[in-house]
Amino acid sequence: MLKRLPFAVVLILLVAANARAQGMSSNIREKDFPNGLKAIIMEDHKAPLVTFQVWYRVGSRDEQAGTAGMSHLLEHMMFKGTKRLGPSEFSKIVQKNGGMDNAFTTKDCTVYFEDISSDRLPIVMRMEADRMQNLRLDPEEMLSERDVVMEERRMRTDDDPQNALYEEVIATAFKASSYHWPVIGWMNSIKNITPEMLRSYYKSFYSPDNAVVIIAGDVKPDAGFNLVQKYFGAIKPRPMPKVYVAAEPPQTGEKRVYLKKEAQLPYLLTAYHVPNALSPDSYALEGLASVLSGGKSARLYTSLVYRKQVALSAFAEYDRLSKGPFAFYAGGTPAAGHTAEELEAGLNKEIEKIKKAPPTDFELQKAKNQIEAEYTMGQDSLFYEAETAGMYEMLGDWRLKDKFIENVRKVTAADVSRVARKYLTKDNSTVGILVPLKGKTEEKPPVAPGEGHVR
Amino acid sequence: MDVKREVLPNGLVLLYSEKHNLPLVMVDLTVKAGPLDEPADKAGLAYLTSALLTEGTKTMTSAGISNQVDFIGADLEASTSDDFTTVSLSVLKKDLDKGFRIFSDCVLDPVFDPREIARVKAQTKDSLKQAEDDPEFVARKAFKKAVYGPFPYGRLVQGSPQTLDAITRNDLVKFHDRFYVPANSILTVVGDITPAELKALLNKYFGNWQGRPFPAMASPRGPQEPKPQAWFINKEITQATILYGNLGIRRDNPDFYAASVMNYILGGGGFASRLMADIRDKLGLAYDVHSYFTTDKHKGIFEIGVQTKNRSAKEVIDLVDRDIEQIRSRPVTAQELKDAKAYLTGSFPRKLDTMRKIADFLSQVEFYDLGPDFIDKYPGYINRVTADDVLRAARKYITPDKRVLVVVGNQSETGLKLTPLYPPLN
Repeated sequence: MLKRLPFAVVLILLVAANARAQGMSSNIREKDFPNGLKAIIMEDHKAPLVTFQVWYRVGSRDEQAGTAGMSHLLEHMMFKGTKRLGPSEFSKIVQKNGGMDNAFTTKDCTVYFEDISSDRLPIVMRMEADRMQNLRLDPEEMLSERDVVMEERRMRTDDDPQNALYEEVIATAFKASSYHWPVIGWMNSIKNITPEMLRSYYKSFYSPDNAVVIIAGDVKPDAGFNLVQKYFGAIKPRPMPKVYVAAEPPQTGEKRVYLKKEAQLPYLLTAYHVPNALSPDSYALEGLASVLSGGKSARLYTSLVYRKQVALSAFAEYDRLSKGPFAFYAGGTPAAGHTAEELEAGLNKEIEKIKKAPPTDFELQKAKNQIEAEYTMGQDSLFYEAETAGMYEMLGDWRLKDKFIENVRKVTAADVSRVARKYLTKDNSTVGILVPLKGKTEEKPPVAPGEGHVR
Repeated sequence: MDVKREVLPNGLVLLYSEKHNLPLVMVDLTVKAGPLDEPADKAGLAYLTSALLTEGTKTMTSAGISNQVDFIGADLEASTSDDFTTVSLSVLKKDLDKGFRIFSDCVLDPVFDPREIARVKAQTKDSLKQAEDDPEFVARKAFKKAVYGPFPYGRLVQGSPQTLDAITRNDLVKFHDRFYVPANSILTVVGDITPAELKALLNKYFGNWQGRPFPAMASPRGPQEPKPQAWFINKEITQATILYGNLGIRRDNPDFYAASVMNYILGGGGFASRLMADIRDKLGLAYDVHSYFTTDKHKGIFEIGVQTKNRSAKEVIDLVDRDIEQIRSRPVTAQELKDAKAYLTGSFPRKLDTMRKIADFLSQVEFYDLGPDFIDKYPGYINRVTADDVLRAARKYITPDKRVLVVVGNQSETGLKLTPLYPPLN
């Protein structure tokens, strides 16, 4: 032991110095455990706090159409008790230790996290390890939680006209891929999910070799890895079924979809098929999104919101962190008195302009500066820093987050025009328009109170 | 935490905390200017003044400002809340000088160009229109109006289309002259900046900032207790958004901490709260249910909020009533009290876990006069609360006989009805 120590220390110092020279992730270490679990530790002692995150490589893309929403419903059930813990005890224990916990599900993964004082880290690690293997999945609890998810869907999608349009656009743009359905599922697919299905889904995918744990904050790497070994080391991997996700065939003509709903203003959302961050084009696509929509000085705001005032808002956004090829969006809300079609024409004009002439040097440098500043400012939050690393790890390697910055620096103005020409074509677009229906909104007059009036 | 506080010769309060873990600097200017300082028929004046700070100065056009801010990847934002206006800057250390120059120029020398005024007014009106698609916005707008009546907290900080139209350029210039003075402001700087660097920047960019000592504005009388009311607003949606509550407490009320503990147990404590257990966990009737006290200079609101499918609205209102009845009639359990205190004290460090949060927190501590040692004293304030204090706070600050209830949803499905026994107030 002693003999090897000085050598190890020298090596680490060299690595750290090298990484610091590039201004990169010198504080990150990773370790693979024999049961297939990977741990990533991001050391940062600015405060006596940690974020602990467990990432499962399972999301809505791994589901079947008729029972879409399983990953997300399972996420809810993870808070409803294990062999050791009663329902909703998990969060209570985290909170009485001053922490906060939550979870989120995406198309590609399901993530659980706790932000807590570093001295309480073992408590949450123990509980996460417990629910990785011992989930109770009580049938009655599940039926009740299924109702909760339906309420969540009503709130987030059914009663939110813009989110409802997003769902229509994605379902239209993707017909073969499992990205077709929303993460939360359709109301009628959520209803189909039974406790038995969820149990089998849990057993299939919640296995240490399908998970990555991240500890970010006030933790020494060796101590962190020891804790991972202590709580997760003995969990046996489970056999996992192979999931077949159909690649989306190339789109060969514009698609249009209209949604009629009670709303005050129309809304426009166009989606283009694009590759993800694993493609060399991804850096230029990020540059394109930034030139079009990075701040109030960007082209869409300047032209459509500020000068012509046809839009209340206008944006372009690139979703580069999906596991499979996903979407580049352009859209916005027309200003009162203007139509979605006017906004669409305005957006298309800006897109055609950047296809023909590359952005100026100033615009390109501005876009790069913004992306770099965002990277540094993101490090202000432990949670955000860990989340970014986790997203890239789901794509294959957390180191991609540093590579991203390096490659963005190399993007040329010609690259930006080239990817606009390549991907932002009419034939590759799905255009969604929210057509507002006038609602029968009315306020009833106030009444004096009493217990009787609502019954 | 090491925080320095200083009152500069021009009256500006400076709060400063040096942190070198990242090459970043966060700056907040808090100006005591908000809806309380504007006439009702020009509601939105404080908001519009702040919104125009970044839309043109004596040396930069609106486009010039956004181009320069975006070029250094900084964030520069101005916003107005019930009690004050905040202008905040997040900037990389290497661009600190440029960031400070733009920041001070926007705060000190805005020109209020008539074309920009017209544009921002139109944009604000459209945003307000679009916000009507959010049931929670519709519900809260009605709720605050019902709780506060004519008191300024009862209206939107953006005002209304009519009051926005009534605001002239001269109003904006005068409001800015009067309130954006050093003796009426707090400057908070947190991050990778040394005392010498800060001093040099202040001299360079705020050195000439003067202004008559701010005459203490006679605060309007606080809000009156509202008459109990129910508002049922019809919207063709699948869920009813229910807001239920009453006039709450001032931030400087000594019972603030007892009320915090009580609120955590009732509905502020997420999955540890009674409302969440009874409405979501046991019955699956809602995704979100919460309660809170807002904390302002004058009395804030106490609000319970929940969304449920239209036809469960009645059932959920009954459940809320039951939990309120319980917390007002029996002391909370020793375990509940202990867990609430453990969370409120134990979670405190997480309120200060980023430079941005620290800057915002320090500004608020100063604004609400919570004392320089607030961070150290806070656990004591919480730990002293007893079960009797909690019961007393529940009885005193949740007042079902003066409640305001707002339900936005499809009223033919909720089946909620105003009974003729209770005629309209007007």
